[in-house]
Amino acid sequence: MQNEERYNFMRFRGQALVLSLLLLVASIAGVAIKGLNFGIDFTGGTLVELAYEEAAEVDEIRAALQNNGYERATVQNFGSAKEVLIRIAPRPEESSAQISNNVMDMLAEKHSDAFELRRVEFVGPQVGDELTEDGALSLIYALIGVLIYVALRFEFRFSLGSVAALVHDVTITVGVFAWTQVQFDLTVLAAILAVIGYSLNDTIVVFDRVRENFRTVRDGTPVQVTNLSINQMLARTIMTSLTTLLVLAALIAIGGEVIYGFALALIVGVLVGTYSSIFVASSIALALGVSKEDLMKPVKEGEDASAQEEELHRIFLEEEAKREAREAEASAKK
Amino acid sequence: MFESRQKVISNTYPIWKYLLLAAAITLSAIYAAPNLFGDDPAVQVSPVKTVEFDQSTVDQINATLSQAGIEPKAFERQPEQFLLRFHSTDDQLKARSLLKETLGRQAVVALNLAPATPDFLSALGAQPMYLGLDLRGGVHFLMDVDMEAALSKTYERYVDELKSVLREERIRYLGLTHKSDRLLLRLRNPEEVTQTLNVIAAEFPQTFEPRANEETGEIALPLLAQVKSETRKYALKQNITTLRNRINELGVAEPVIQQQGDRRIVVQLPGVQDTAKAKEILGATATLEFRLVEEKGDARRAERTGYAPNGARLYHFRDGRPILLKRSIIVSGDNVIDAKSGIDQEAGSPQVSVTLDGAGGRKMLATTKDNIGNRMAVVFIENRVDTIEKDGETIKKRTTTKDVINAAVIRGQFANRFQITGLDSPQEAQDLALLLRAGALAAPMEIVEERTIGPSMGQDNINQGFLSVVIGFALVLVVMAMRYKVFGLVANVALTLNLVIIVAVLSLLQATLTLPGIAGIVLTVGMAVDANVLIFERIREELRHSSIQTAIHAGYEKAFVTIADANITTLLAAIVLFSFGTGPIKGFAITLSIGILTSMFTAILGTRAVINVLYGNKPVQKLSI
Repeated sequence: MQNEERYNFMRFRGQALVLSLLLLVASIAGVAIKGLNFGIDFTGGTLVELAYEEAAEVDEIRAALQNNGYERATVQNFGSAKEVLIRIAPRPEESSAQISNNVMDMLAEKHSDAFELRRVEFVGPQVGDELTEDGALSLIYALIGVLIYVALRFEFRFSLGSVAALVHDVTITVGVFAWTQVQFDLTVLAAILAVIGYSLNDTIVVFDRVRENFRTVRDGTPVQVTNLSINQMLARTIMTSLTTLLVLAALIAIGGEVIYGFALALIVGVLVGTYSSIFVASSIALALGVSKEDLMKPVKEGEDASAQEEELHRIFLEEEAKREAREAEASAKK
Repeated sequence: MFESRQKVISNTYPIWKYLLLAAAITLSAIYAAPNLFGDDPAVQVSPVKTVEFDQSTVDQINATLSQAGIEPKAFERQPEQFLLRFHSTDDQLKARSLLKETLGRQAVVALNLAPATPDFLSALGAQPMYLGLDLRGGVHFLMDVDMEAALSKTYERYVDELKSVLREERIRYLGLTHKSDRLLLRLRNPEEVTQTLNVIAAEFPQTFEPRANEETGEIALPLLAQVKSETRKYALKQNITTLRNRINELGVAEPVIQQQGDRRIVVQLPGVQDTAKAKEILGATATLEFRLVEEKGDARRAERTGYAPNGARLYHFRDGRPILLKRSIIVSGDNVIDAKSGIDQEAGSPQVSVTLDGAGGRKMLATTKDNIGNRMAVVFIENRVDTIEKDGETIKKRTTTKDVINAAVIRGQFANRFQITGLDSPQEAQDLALLLRAGALAAPMEIVEERTIGPSMGQDNINQGFLSVVIGFALVLVVMAMRYKVFGLVANVALTLNLVIIVAVLSLLQATLTLPGIAGIVLTVGMAVDANVLIFERIREELRHSSIQTAIHAGYEKAFVTIADANITTLLAAIVLFSFGTGPIKGFAITLSIGILTSMFTAILGTRAVINVLYGNKPVQKLSI
């Protein structure tokens, strides 16, 4: 067993706690100071993406818009020099559904047919408000769902540990979006919900092993058992994170601008999630005082008794099989 | 006892599991296959409401095409419509404009991309995946129905009906008005309250929830909650029907018009690029009212004083001239069955020929019989709802414009067929005819969300999405093979099968594939190997202290609980995503959930089956893991 315990992760619990706190403070500060660059899904407004045949004259387009009363319109290149993204905030006095038409007419006058419409998105202010509310609610529902599931499946201290890890992951991911000012739109929110699923996946796998080891490893403090479990799952944690990060790298590199924020959120989420499943989730469960007895305690008398019997039966089978295998090997050598 | 142990440890699978796998592979291969064949550029020809197609239509189409030297790839007669496939987009576009000319108003001619699925696959019900608007290009609108307006329209109707009932019963009243969410009736004689309530209960059963004040003789008449909710439901249904008619006029293949929530309607128009036109048609709610002109009063005086004579109401022509019209409506846009634009043969000016339904025709007949020589006015009413922001609060501004288009002398008695003249241009006649044909909306609507994707953007999205799936997939294959050798290769086979099954399930469900949906598939590829990673790592661990066969067995057994736990939590997140999501997000949630479920099957059962064949039930010296 000892050789499996290659790294003493639990020794760095203190340092990890400090690091996590620093990251959390930085993230919250980022959201407070810089704020999130919300996309029109949440703010409402109009977005027009155009592809010009030649490099687009961003300044001219901006001037054209400003001369026609769209002072607050932002114009920027998007992806390449030929593509332009125009963003217009919700306007007080104009029927917003007509804005994209007006903009197109205005630019068509100036450049005739030199551009092509790539996409238009218009979201009314009330729809934006609803999406913001629904989005926040869905995050909360997801967290509550997780809290209940893990509490049922494991124990409430594990459940608190995993939810703390999730809040940690989500906060830091959002913090990255605040500091980088990458646009936070509906797909990013979807990615964050997926991060919840993924990071939890990682945490659960470790908890699962902690539970198993609490039951089968005779000696060792909870800290030692937890550390052993993390070590045992380390190869798996790294492999799965690696494959997931690989496909995400493909997405962020090739998926195009629309999917960029989505892929970025997942990459940050997977990295932070991997870290938190090693350092945060179990540490919190330990800090809350999870002990062997908590997991040994039967949930239901009957179920546990039959489970124990099954376990004994399985161990017997294994021993038998080992003997059988030794014999088989011996006979094969002959 | 010993028998069963022997079976378990020797790592063999019962034959039915192999059969199950074989069935899964065959079925998913069949249902995923249609996605390999691509699309044909096609033209879809469907008849308008009252028209029926027959052999002569087929001949007409064939003649038109062969005259222009266009050879269609296929001519399919589907129920209700024809589908013509072409070899090239050029042919398709040419054919569309030719057919539009030939068939004119009889048919809706729309461009379409028809899947080129071979017949033997179609016969099995196999179809390619349904691509979302962000992949095929098109317009998505979310319309919000103004339910307050629908309700107040209902109240207004009851004002008219109640007045005539009260007149019949000789109950005198000082006023009957519509106040926000109720009608307010003030009786002249407070003693008649009970009698009035009885009359109302008898004439309008299960409609109002009256609250009477016996002393002042005031009766408040709010509608029952049930009536209100029925009104709302009706308004939504009526608007959906109307939208469908209007969209048919636009000529769109495969439009989607669906209710969302209790007051919203989603409209998706694949392939439509001219959003300005689409918005105009969808957004405006116009209707007509036919009213008699009040010849007795003086319109100019009414405009000066602001008071119209009894039974009349002040209106204006488009150029601002005032005119007095009778308050009662002869017929409204609801009664209009058909309207065609054309040129008046005598005057050479544009006109619209209107056809009314039976009820409208009878009313028109009764009115025109007694009023020959009098004038009848056509009032064009246009409703628009704009959301505007004022002092940080969003408020709705409802604008109703009522213009008298013309007021012409009734030259003779007529019923359900007549002409409207006095329009400014042929274009105006066409637009008016279109709006009339499309029918009236029960309540005004507003576009609260719009997403338009240009065709080049759609194609780019498909290409980028496809490429990222391929590259992400290839990277995962390489890493797995490097880390787990033979076991890694087995996992790769399972991963490939998983991808095929995902595509097959998506095709079978005809769930909409969106760009985030593709991202979901990519993510699934990355995460699906997790099950195999868990199993293989466990086998490696077990190998340290048990024999090869036991290690394989225990690896699969012990990892299973962990895999199930981990996947259920991801599924949990996916379900939350699905219930929250709008279109594209839903696509992500769907592919993610399907991917998780199918990966459990392929990663556990699929790999085990192969591993058992490779290593099970035979002496093995060393595992390649």
